[in-house]
Amino acid sequence: MSSAVHNPASPSPPRIVEIFNAFALVGLTSFGGGLSGRMLQDFVQQRHWIGEDDFFEGLALAQALPGVNVTNLAIWIGFRLRGWQGAAAGFTGIVMPAAMLIVLLGALFTALIRFPVTHVALAGAAAVAIGLTLSMAITAVKRLRNSFFRYVVMAATFATVALLKWPLVWVVLVGGGLSVGVEYWRMRNTTTATPD
Amino acid sequence: MDVFDRALALAGVFGPLSFATIGGGIAIVADAQRQIVDVHHWMTAAQFVDNFAISRVTPGPGSLLATLIGWQVAGFCGALAATIGIFGPTAFLIYGVAHVWRRHKGARWTRALETGLRPVAAGMILATVYVLMSGLDGGWWARAIALASTAIVMYTRVNTVLLIGAGAALLVVIHGF
Repeated sequence: MSSAVHNPASPSPPRIVEIFNAFALVGLTSFGGGLSGRMLQDFVQQRHWIGEDDFFEGLALAQALPGVNVTNLAIWIGFRLRGWQGAAAGFTGIVMPAAMLIVLLGALFTALIRFPVTHVALAGAAAVAIGLTLSMAITAVKRLRNSFFRYVVMAATFATVALLKWPLVWVVLVGGGLSVGVEYWRMRNTTTATPD
Repeated sequence: MDVFDRALALAGVFGPLSFATIGGGIAIVADAQRQIVDVHHWMTAAQFVDNFAISRVTPGPGSLLATLIGWQVAGFCGALAATIGIFGPTAFLIYGVAHVWRRHKGARWTRALETGLRPVAAGMILATVYVLMSGLDGGWWARAIALASTAIVMYTRVNTVLLIGAGAALLVVIHGF
């Protein structure tokens, strides 16, 4: 028995094409984030493809590691269902149909951009989208829970990326590495104080 | 510069950025804008914001913005190169981790990674807002719509796609046809 294939409810895991279709459906019907909540509902509560613990472990990893959370989660769930083939089906399912759709939409807007009203409408849409991004930023700031050190890391990241325009990869490697190291060290201190 | 050179350059832009997509793909938009607009001059800041808007009204992962930019810059090859660039490297990373993962063994590292990267992600998302706001056309009205949307989405449960459509309609009405 392979440790990769973990299936709590049904005796045989879903077929590759079923995995692809399920993720394609999620990819094509989800708007503006919130895909992980949608996936919990779909894969854990309705299809019973993966257990709740497994799902949340995968979600924590998907958020902790770099990479888009939903594609990471699709690979994790797909892998749990059918090894590398399941991972490939989950990944292509969530990315490929939506990628084709965005190219079609891009072509449509490119054809319409010669009318000035198209650009004005897109600017209005972008304004709302930027407003939504700001609300995401505010939520992200709230999650820092009033830690001075974390605010310093956040401010330094903002300044180096937005104002100084340093390459992002170096900012993440150095700033992120430092920040993760400090958090790991803090956790070590707390775990030695309260042994489990 | 022919299409294949551009496609390679796109992969060179988005491949490394793949590893910086922490807290979601929105984090890398500021740096993608810097490279696409300021370094490579593939499009103007306003065109970049247009593409950002299209990516927000398309279902699926928001990082498909890379696919759209790739297609605008170098057609099919560009779309393919940018998509593989932004999703590929980290896909192999999570696949490798899923392969070797044993429950509870890596729990502290996962938590340290998640909490440690949070402030970096918050700073990057703020940078994205700042950079996009700078490239946004439509004057103070557009900026007012942006701030109003922030308040609306934080205090109501309105559908975001409807809200985006309303913003587009409102700015068209304000600026006239």
